[in-house]
Amino acid sequence: MALPAADQIKMYRTMVLIRRFEQGVAEAYADGFIGGFTHLYIGQEAVATGAILSLNHDDYAVGTYRVHGHALARGTPARSLMAELYGRTDGVCKGKGGSMHFFDAEHYFLGGYGIVGGHLPIGVGAALACQMRGEDRVVMVFFGDGASNQGVFHEALNMAKLWDLPVVFVCENNLYGIGTDVRISSSFDQIHKKAQGYGMPGHVVNGMDVIAVREACDEVVRYVRHGSGPVLLEARCYRYQGHSMTDAGKYRSVAETELWKKRDPIPRLAKSMLEQGTVDQARLDAIDAEANETVQDAMSFAEQSPPPSPEALWQDVFVENDHA
Amino acid sequence: MPERRYFETVGIALGEEMERDESVFILGEDVGLIGGTFRATEGLMAEYGSQRVRDTPIAEAAIVGLAIGAAMAGMRPVAELMTLNFGIVAMDQIVNHASKARYMFGGGVRLPMVIRAPGGGGTQKAAQHSHSIESWFMNTPGIRVVIPSTPYDLKGLLKTAIRSDDPVLFIEHEMLYNTRGEVPDDDYLLPFGVADVKRPGRDVTIVAWSKMVHEALRAAEMLGDEGIEAEVIDPRTLDPLDIDTILMSVARTRRAVIAEEGWRNVGVGAELAARIQEHLFYDLDAPVQRVAAADVPTPYAKNLEKLALPDARDIVEAVLKITL
Ligand SMILES: Cc1ncc(C[n+]2csc(CCOP(=O)(O)OP(=O)(O)O)c2C)c(N)n1
Ligand SMILES: [Mg+2]
Repeated sequence: MALPAADQIKMYRTMVLIRRFEQGVAEAYADGFIGGFTHLYIGQEAVATGAILSLNHDDYAVGTYRVHGHALARGTPARSLMAELYGRTDGVCKGKGGSMHFFDAEHYFLGGYGIVGGHLPIGVGAALACQMRGEDRVVMVFFGDGASNQGVFHEALNMAKLWDLPVVFVCENNLYGIGTDVRISSSFDQIHKKAQGYGMPGHVVNGMDVIAVREACDEVVRYVRHGSGPVLLEARCYRYQGHSMTDAGKYRSVAETELWKKRDPIPRLAKSMLEQGTVDQARLDAIDAEANETVQDAMSFAEQSPPPSPEALWQDVFVENDHA
Repeated sequence: MPERRYFETVGIALGEEMERDESVFILGEDVGLIGGTFRATEGLMAEYGSQRVRDTPIAEAAIVGLAIGAAMAGMRPVAELMTLNFGIVAMDQIVNHASKARYMFGGGVRLPMVIRAPGGGGTQKAAQHSHSIESWFMNTPGIRVVIPSTPYDLKGLLKTAIRSDDPVLFIEHEMLYNTRGEVPDDDYLLPFGVADVKRPGRDVTIVAWSKMVHEALRAAEMLGDEGIEAEVIDPRTLDPLDIDTILMSVARTRRAVIAEEGWRNVGVGAELAARIQEHLFYDLDAPVQRVAAADVPTPYAKNLEKLALPDARDIVEAVLKITL
């Protein structure tokens, strides 16, 4: 049963927006508007897109520092994200968080975190809250292959299964943790099979194929929402840029990178939709133009947004501002 | 004398010690094939092989824990934490295990191990990646805390750390890696617990370490233009602490400013101010001043980060407050 045309088009639009957004970020970083650590999501768009579009609007998502794509897929406006990257008051975290730390309660996005693995139990905790309140929400937690070697990954999986919490663990296996190949950092690189150690179902999916990710997630989310307990889904994917803006990624061979570029999820979906007659080329071009416009608009919005006031330094340490 | 960069000096000291002593080995994230995130271990894997220069998974607690075990069993591990921020994941191993073993086991064990980690902020890496938390470890009996400000000090102190039979936390600074200084090619050691007078002066004593030494020296230049001669003292090791050199200086200048990059609240400055007043209460012409980070999580936005972190201008202001 094929996904409805409208869903396919929405996924295409989301992936293209993420790609154009990240290209805009690279430009703004080079121009000095963005600082700190900035990790691009180019190449992995199909994972956040397919996975997050399988959620209800009020399901929770939690991410890492490579988080621009997830927030966009969740529905946070490009303007608020770009303003955050520029460190401005209109940013989604008022300029306090930057690239690694988006948070958007309005879109049920529980944050981007910079400590590898640190956010995994946070997602499990949100799922615990949903279960305790009898809500039928699910929590989707994204993390990398590298994170699966942190102790806290195992602690989080165990507790999630122990209490059958509604969590979907999505491991974005892009084969590297910075410069370290998963094969030299993991004793067993079939990450989805680690679920078995906790009595939890584990699946693997082609993370370069948004339809495959979406179909897998639709099924997994249904299972988890039904109260059957957590699932670990491994999406095999590849980041096209370096680990962050300051990494040239020289530890990967050109041949390897070229091979994965041939699997680019965006042209892949375009081709399949064109072949099926879901869209024509003009429609695809319009989607691309629209994404470009959104990103350009976000960049000029961000540039015009004022930097935080000096008083902001002392605000929001606590809810009650008794500080300083 | 050859000029060396701070990051290069780390590699030189490690190489010399590995050459000298077969039991010295390195473990950490991206230390081998990549040569270290800050290039500190560049070339060492090629020279000493992957047994003695080990790339590890992202698992800080286990990296430090393994170092402890290997040290107990007769090796001299040098564990690298990619940054001190991730050392927080390993706090249990550092504080509950490394710092406790010898005393708790009645002196029955030696832990000849070094944990190297760069700390510090100043490049918009936001709240989770900007820690200067040397005070946490200074507050923990049983672990040495070494924190060099120049390539010369770094080489001599790192070699001493590796030869020490006690656990040493060796804190580098991300923003110092590209600084240069003269470093002899000889095999020299610098003793722990000996402060260095980085600039002599008669009017005020500024105590600073790590990157703040450079801010203090810049401040001293500016103060010199106003006819105030500041003495800059770098303790170089916080545990053991050379309090005598500091007290002797303050006894002469009768004024003291402590400048640190970490938070002010219960910072190293609080301890130093307490010790100075305990010994020199009647010799002081003014209250001891502390220059430190604002007590807030480090913000991303450039203007806020600048306000949050202390610099030379803040030191000048503190000095003027007690000299005018
Ligand atoms: C606890 C901790 N250790 C180390 C780092 C430095 N670091 C940031 S990202 C990263 C690699 C993570 O790889 P992976 O989980 O595969 O995610 P990816 O970046 O590939 O998306 C490392 C080592 C960190 N941020 N936190
Ligand atoms: Mg990865």
